[in-house]
Amino acid sequence: MTEHSAAHLLTILVSAALTDNILLTRFLGMCSFLAISRQMKASVGLGLAVTFVTTLTCGINAALYVGVLKPYGLESLQLILFIVVIAAFVQFLEMLIERVSLGLYYALGIFLPLITVNCAVLGAALFMTNRNYGVAEGLVFGFGSGFGWMLAIVLMAGIRERLKNAQIPAALEGPGITLIIAGIIALGFVGFSGMVQP
Amino acid sequence: MGGAWFVLISTGVVAATCLVSAVILLIAERYLANYGPCTIDINQGARKLEVQGGKPLLATLMQQQIFIPSACGGRGTCAYCKVTITDGAPPVAPTELTLLTPEELKHSVRISCQVKVRNDLAIRIPEHLFLVKQFTGVVERIRDLTHDIKELRIRLVEPAAIEFRPGQYVQLEAPAYGDNPEPVYRAYSISSPPSDQGHIELIIRRVPNGICTTWVFTRLKEGDEVRLNGPYGEFRLTDSDAEMVWIAGGSGMAPFWSMARHMREHGIQRPCTYFFGAVAQRDLFLTDEFRDLEKALPRFRFVPALSGAENDGWSGEKGLITQVVERHLKDGAGKEGYLCGSSGMIDASVKVLKAKGIPEDRIFYDKFT
Repeated sequence: MTEHSAAHLLTILVSAALTDNILLTRFLGMCSFLAISRQMKASVGLGLAVTFVTTLTCGINAALYVGVLKPYGLESLQLILFIVVIAAFVQFLEMLIERVSLGLYYALGIFLPLITVNCAVLGAALFMTNRNYGVAEGLVFGFGSGFGWMLAIVLMAGIRERLKNAQIPAALEGPGITLIIAGIIALGFVGFSGMVQP
Repeated sequence: MGGAWFVLISTGVVAATCLVSAVILLIAERYLANYGPCTIDINQGARKLEVQGGKPLLATLMQQQIFIPSACGGRGTCAYCKVTITDGAPPVAPTELTLLTPEELKHSVRISCQVKVRNDLAIRIPEHLFLVKQFTGVVERIRDLTHDIKELRIRLVEPAAIEFRPGQYVQLEAPAYGDNPEPVYRAYSISSPPSDQGHIELIIRRVPNGICTTWVFTRLKEGDEVRLNGPYGEFRLTDSDAEMVWIAGGSGMAPFWSMARHMREHGIQRPCTYFFGAVAQRDLFLTDEFRDLEKALPRFRFVPALSGAENDGWSGEKGLITQVVERHLKDGAGKEGYLCGSSGMIDASVKVLKAKGIPEDRIFYDKFT
């Protein structure tokens, strides 16, 4: 898996974003998905933030894994170190964005702290090491996973905006119907899972 | 080799990663979050402040002994700490949008606890806010009013006297303690009458996990020194002779206990009905004092009501306080409403009073949550 050809990276990207979608086939990042998908605007904001953070933390974590953990046989430490890296990175990012662009800070600001506890971010980093990805592959995989997560939440937000006018049995309103819809969309995504083999 | 080596290098790698992260964050805080010295010009040169940037405007002004009213203590919910920023204002934050009207946005009114000082600012505040003072005092008495409500009596030391109108509130400072890293301010209505200039009394109900109330209930002792600032608030008796309807629950008793004693001292004979809501008999307090007050002020009526299911031996009013008001109040025309309590209670009460014919601009309250 050391091949760095464009085709290989593209395969990783497509599979992470679509056929192996982290939210719809792994059900990671579910809590913020259920809570935020109520509004389209917030969903796009959070989706962008998750994509950004997942891409960069996957890159950093891949470097840490390949450069330090693997050579010394310390793979067992990956969980705790990835969490430290993600938490610190999000903090740093928050300060940086506030300084550089107040507009972006206000657009993303309230979501950034939420991302630290988004399990999709940690999940992407762990899947990446399972598959022995290097730094470049990790970056692409992180971007694909984040983008896939954004795709899923934006899809759901669009459906939920339509649902506002639909008649739903009282017991299923809110999270109930959302989970059912997520399940149906997931079926669609899982159906393609064999098509791309990274 | 083997075990020892593994433990050693594991520890080293974890420590190094944490260290690198911490150093990066510290450097970022030093350079990215450091906005350097800034000037704040107040009321076109009336005051000029040299401050360190990076903190919310409300807290920055407070450090400079300028106290903007804030009932929620800087959490961005009460919308009291409005100031007009005439120059240097950052873009409006999403947290401010819900609290400002389009009219206010047009006139650069901002929520000062949500605006960080990042550059030089020019602001405008009402002149009388310069009169708000910071007080130190000594706790003279703490007494239990109910199982979860305490009354604090504070003797003012510096300055030694306060001037306020009944209904106004002060902000009590809870110092850093336990898991609470820095002082926080919480608003409490003054329950003592203004005639007692050297003291103020506060009625404080325990809020589970509340920073300030936990401090009052578990740490504060008689003889301790406390700090507070004030007075704030527009909640007060009007100058009219209109009949009044007071509605309160729990520690919402405080401003009315101040107003009632003020009325007795000055022989104010306005007709008034005071509805006080509680769950059970153990939640009632100051009942005897208000019965005495009814004797001194013949047109004053005190109506306590219990909403709990099990209240054997209670012959008074039963039900939610809004239901009791609904039953008692015949016609609201020409009357005034005064409310103090949780935001839920206030919203429900406003609805009832409006339905009874009291216009919205004759219903007065300060929202604390």
